[in-house]
Amino acid sequence: MSAREEAETRRDARNTWLLSAPALVILTLAAAGPLLIMLVYSFLTPGDYGNVVWKFSTDAWVGTILSKDIFDGTYSLADAHLTIFWRSVKLSLITTLFTFIVGFPTAWFIATRTARTRTALLFLITIPFWTNLLIRTFAINQIIRNEGILNTFLIYLGVIDTPLVIIYSDFAVFLGMTYVYLPLMVLPLFAAIDRFDMKLLEAAYDLYATRLQVLRKVVFPIVRPGIVAGSILVFIPSLGAYVTPRILGGGRNMMIGNFIELQFGQGRNWPLGAALSVLLLLIVAAALVVYIRATSRETSNG
Amino acid sequence: MPKENAIETRSSRKVYGAGSEAVVALDDVSIAIRKGEFFTLLGPSGCGKTTLLRLIAGFETPTSGHILLNGQDITDVPPNRRPVNTVFQSYALFPHLSVRENVGFGLQMKGRPASEIGTKVERALSMVQLGAMADRKPAQLSGGQQQRVALARALAPSPEVLLLDEPLSALDLKLRKEMQSELKRLQHELGITFIFVTHDQEEALTMSDRIGVMSSGRLLQIGSPREIYNHPVNRFVADFIGETNFIPADVHDGTATIAGDIAMQVAPDSPQGRHTIAVRPEHVRILNDPAAAPMRATVTDTTYFGTDSHVRMLLQGGTEIVARYQSEAAGGDAPTTGTDVGVSFAPGSVQVLQD
Ligand SMILES: Nc1ncnc2c1ncn2[C@@H]1O[C@H](COP(=O)(O)OP(=O)(O)OP(=O)(O)O)[C@@H](O)[C@H]1O
Ligand SMILES: [Mg+2]
Repeated sequence: MSAREEAETRRDARNTWLLSAPALVILTLAAAGPLLIMLVYSFLTPGDYGNVVWKFSTDAWVGTILSKDIFDGTYSLADAHLTIFWRSVKLSLITTLFTFIVGFPTAWFIATRTARTRTALLFLITIPFWTNLLIRTFAINQIIRNEGILNTFLIYLGVIDTPLVIIYSDFAVFLGMTYVYLPLMVLPLFAAIDRFDMKLLEAAYDLYATRLQVLRKVVFPIVRPGIVAGSILVFIPSLGAYVTPRILGGGRNMMIGNFIELQFGQGRNWPLGAALSVLLLLIVAAALVVYIRATSRETSNG
Repeated sequence: MPKENAIETRSSRKVYGAGSEAVVALDDVSIAIRKGEFFTLLGPSGCGKTTLLRLIAGFETPTSGHILLNGQDITDVPPNRRPVNTVFQSYALFPHLSVRENVGFGLQMKGRPASEIGTKVERALSMVQLGAMADRKPAQLSGGQQQRVALARALAPSPEVLLLDEPLSALDLKLRKEMQSELKRLQHELGITFIFVTHDQEEALTMSDRIGVMSSGRLLQIGSPREIYNHPVNRFVADFIGETNFIPADVHDGTATIAGDIAMQVAPDSPQGRHTIAVRPEHVRILNDPAAAPMRATVTDTTYFGTDSHVRMLLQGGTEIVARYQSEAAGGDAPTTGTDVGVSFAPGSVQVLQD
């Protein structure tokens, strides 16, 4: 490389940084700022009426997984917290998996229609976003509650004689989250499948692949970016879900989001809430790293 | 002993769509392709070449009729269970797999052991001279190289029949010529039956053992390149393959008469009556002395092409014909515009067309 080219490359690099500086500043303030506040708060002492007292303490962090016995001061695993964490992770994983199982055929169907039908179908997919999440969730509540539409209908048909108890269970939360987050799975999958060259199906089928092998060896690896994007878009908000478990899970089936809210509200333990928030973020980050590593290894092995 | 047929189609018909939108892509096509032959399907765009190939590969089922492989009916056998592989026009290489993995795909799907896949892939890659590129992804290859990967991928599982749908159409002229001889060499070495689709008549003539000429979903003529070129059955075939002069004539008992009184010999079994005769430009002889020739013509235009010239003339009787004039052989330059010349047709070169 000549000296002139080198200087040019350096200037290009400098310009790139200069041009993206405003965006970077906003991103840093908007993303890192709140996070920093959370991190600081998690190391402070709770005030009597909420808020924080500016005194360093690691109690909140210890309290995320351990609970102190109020009588003898010994520590034991905080079962209640762990149950809530586990329920959140489990429900989010199942939701992600299920939105994929339902979303993939849906996205495939849309992507293989004619241009006009496709636009109409995509439009339909986005319609739920027009209504507030709270209202949609209450609507599900109306459908699945004991005296709701579903049970009334089934009893009327004579399929059952006592109502199915769906509402206020993990299953209800799963149902609600699957409904709410399904479009977030379908859209990235659609974008990936839309770019997929359908000729490859015939090529693989011609080369002795069974239909299942065509799917596993050709389709999934190639639309992988869409699968990864969809899974992330569903998993992360599921993990932090607040409205759905609140309305469909009742008070008993809390998820991390509700638990965090509790600390900032009735619990009056802001540092614990902050510590839980940061912990949630760490779980998400770790899950992402593991997930992306795993899916890319699968692809390179063919 | 007659050679066994590798592929046979029996009255195969394919209709796309239904009702008023129905398109008859193939109309009652019966064809027998022999083992180990290089067979070319030739025809204009939309005549049904790809459709016929897709029926043989198994991507489409015929609306009626049968497809046979080695005498066995395979009409309802899916593509992944037919020992027939396709080289796609768009190559359709798997973008997420390396060249090596692409070529090994078929063998892997067949469940062959890794050691066998390894050696067969190496062999297929060296066959198309791509050993050095084995670890690249398709996107890192030139068009010609991708084409050869597609070929190696289809050949690696040792199919009985290889289908090639205009595999060379995306390549530039020089590369195309190279690939033509390479394909021919491979076919010769491997002894695999090739069914090759093209709409390039020159490509068809130089490469094929036999050619099937198609038009509007029908098979018009099957024969060796020589037969098709020298004895086209009808005007469409004569016109599609090479350049031809068409002259109206009266045919009776082995004699064709043009321009009222010029008679010439044609094959005795030629159809009788008012017909068109076909003469190739290279069979039209030009003589400088009009008196010494059976026909007279006036030169209207001469186009120089290097080794030869195309001389356009108005034949007596008013028909326009073209002669290919080879200056070297004739020992002089082509006649200039306005010259009166004598014309004769080479013996045995006049062909009476069916319609
Ligand atoms: N999937 C389809 N649906 C409807 N009509 C089709 C379909 N595929 C092909 N056709 C029609 O069938 C006819 C034959 O098409 P085919 O692709 O076999 O032609 P071709 O000879 O391969 O042409 P080309 O040289 O342009 O590739 C055409 O009229 C085409 O429009
Ligand atoms: Mg075609």
